[in-house]
Amino acid sequence: MADTLKQRPGPMRLIDASKYPLPVAAKLSILHRVSGVVMFVLLPFVIWMFDTSLSSEVSFEAFTSVLSSPLAKLVVLGLIWSYLHHFCAGVRHLWMDATHSVTKEQGRSSAVVSFAVSLLLTVALAAKLFGLF
Amino acid sequence: MSNNYGSKRIVVGARYGLRDWLAQRVTAVLMALFTVVLLLQVLFGGPLGYDRWAAIFSAQWMKFLTFTVILSLAWHAWIGMRDIFMDYVTKSVGMRLTLQVATIVWLVGCAGWAVQVLWRL
Repeated sequence: MADTLKQRPGPMRLIDASKYPLPVAAKLSILHRVSGVVMFVLLPFVIWMFDTSLSSEVSFEAFTSVLSSPLAKLVVLGLIWSYLHHFCAGVRHLWMDATHSVTKEQGRSSAVVSFAVSLLLTVALAAKLFGLF
Repeated sequence: MSNNYGSKRIVVGARYGLRDWLAQRVTAVLMALFTVVLLLQVLFGGPLGYDRWAAIFSAQWMKFLTFTVILSLAWHAWIGMRDIFMDYVTKSVGMRLTLQVATIVWLVGCAGWAVQVLWRL
């Protein structure tokens, strides 16, 4: 078994991956991971928002005042992007699983659609978050 | 696999690949549906202040759904983080086990906090 393990190339290291021009589906895939880790790390912040916004009217006021700072808004924007990207890339996975849409061309076009939807929604919500409309 | 037993047995890793693959998708669908249900309530029903926001989560059926989604999220995130550790932490089994235990502690703690917020409402 040790020999078999040695022969396997193993997963590509991030440092190796950065040397190649990645296809759009690969960029979507690695960002699927990155967005997942971002939300995992920020989970206590999400629950803090859940807590203070719900617990009482007083804590709700504290919630809105903290969330009015630009730094907090940037963190929330990071969460919004992560959620939308993870959501769209995840729905793409489900669609691929359900319809066996796994050709190279389908992988490319569905990745483009996922990027387009998640980025457009992120921009729209960013505008809302920073009070542009 | 001839020496995958006794002290050589691999005690971390995928083990039940299909079960986790399916669990990750089922929990994803539950969370996606919850997102739609929550969004519909937030978007329709007038201006969103504390009263309406708290009322959304006060409904018993919404607590039922939210509780399920909290557990789904913890399970889903566990599978995802474990996949990442399996891909990138390959040099040391001890390091991988440590990270996996830390992930479980993090997720169980966060889930407990979220449940506490939900049920005291």
